[in-house]
Amino acid sequence: MSEPIRLKTPLSDPEVEKLRAGDRVLISGIIYTGRDAAHKRLFTLLKEGKDLPFDIQGQIIYYVGPTPAKPGQALGSAGPTTSYRMDAYSPTLMERGLRGMIGKGMRSDTVKEAMKKYKAVYFAATGGAGALLAKRVKKAEVLAYEDLGPEAIRKLEVEDLPVIVVNDVRGNDLYVEGEKKYKKE
Amino acid sequence: MREVNVKVITEKVRALCMEANTDLGEDVLHAFDRAMEKEESPLGIEILKELKENARIAKEERVAICQDTGFAVIFLELGQDVHLVGGGLREAIFEGVRQGYRDGYLRKSICHPFTRANTGDNTPAIIHTEIVPGEKVKITVAPKGGGSENMSRVVMLTPSDGVEGIKRFVVQRVKESGSNPCPPTIVGVGIGGTFEQAALLGKKSLLRPLGSKNPDPELDKLESEILNEINQLGIGPQGLGGRTTSLAVHILMMPCHIASFPLAVNIQCHAQRHKETII
Repeated sequence: MSEPIRLKTPLSDPEVEKLRAGDRVLISGIIYTGRDAAHKRLFTLLKEGKDLPFDIQGQIIYYVGPTPAKPGQALGSAGPTTSYRMDAYSPTLMERGLRGMIGKGMRSDTVKEAMKKYKAVYFAATGGAGALLAKRVKKAEVLAYEDLGPEAIRKLEVEDLPVIVVNDVRGNDLYVEGEKKYKKE
Repeated sequence: MREVNVKVITEKVRALCMEANTDLGEDVLHAFDRAMEKEESPLGIEILKELKENARIAKEERVAICQDTGFAVIFLELGQDVHLVGGGLREAIFEGVRQGYRDGYLRKSICHPFTRANTGDNTPAIIHTEIVPGEKVKITVAPKGGGSENMSRVVMLTPSDGVEGIKRFVVQRVKESGSNPCPPTIVGVGIGGTFEQAALLGKKSLLRPLGSKNPDPELDKLESEILNEINQLGIGPQGLGGRTTSLAVHILMMPCHIASFPLAVNIQCHAQRHKETII
């Protein structure tokens, strides 16, 4: 397997466009967490014409609801949650500048089309590898919606967070291609 | 008649919640090893290695294997010669869950269905109680994650669908679930009983250790046949392509009504967590 690509946030358009489904990527810098309830709130803000609690241009949202941090940990276990539940909200966020999403599981055709249109990528992190992924989080702070507990939006500083490109800006889909490659009739 | 104070049950449930969420069973780790030998996808092998490494970190540092520390599902086998004293059983179990999820730094994932407001302490727990002969109490804590539970289904087949109907539905369910339930999965299958009993059989089948044989030779054969079909789908570890879509298929069956043919498919992610103790 080829060496992983190193990326630092925020992502530029050329960096995003270069990525291909199947690429292994190590992400460093600031990323934001958000899952079901936080997405609903972000979406509502935009519908009401209000500002988001952070500048989304070139940013990555990680679909995760971590466990509470133990003393000495920046963040508790932090693997991805299933992404399709965010599908209804993602195109609007991409339209506003979101360039990357980290989660697990298939996205809808509407989301895949939006990734092509707005130049964004979808990364998969290993679902269930929460203890391992947490070690790549160096700092974490709640940025918004503390009342949502594990679902609050957190600003994370990550170092070499390992992910795989599933959907790229050209419409490739590793879930579809991978399954086709290993399917036996 | 033996007296058991429910305080003991609280303590045991507390400890089991923490243990189940941080210490993945040896049977699962061995299943990863067997899968690695058969896996053809290089990326799939990498993922299986990552899962083993994740389990090692979780056990050594006593942190959650997965951030989804689940709904606390409790299987209780209560000896009929046990007299519980010192308070209510249900509340004692809930208190154990409350303490375990608090002290173990586990995520509280239970909320109101409409408002989505979190209950804050991971209660209520789901309790399945069986009254059995004897004067012992067996407690199994099996935290169940939401991602794989969402991919589960109950269906009322018609008797004419037969064994082929079961195979078709189970394989199709795994296929449609794709990467969502964190493959490699364990597929719990409940056949027979009533609508709700089929679902419970499916869930209970997941408690059997991986790598063990089904005591019923006919079901054992059916498990192998379904697993073989599933692992030809190509979904693979994390759905990124490969041979290892499921680690095992487990079946529990009981008689059903002459008009019915209930089938439940309970999908379990690779973090197959359950711990038990006997009081």
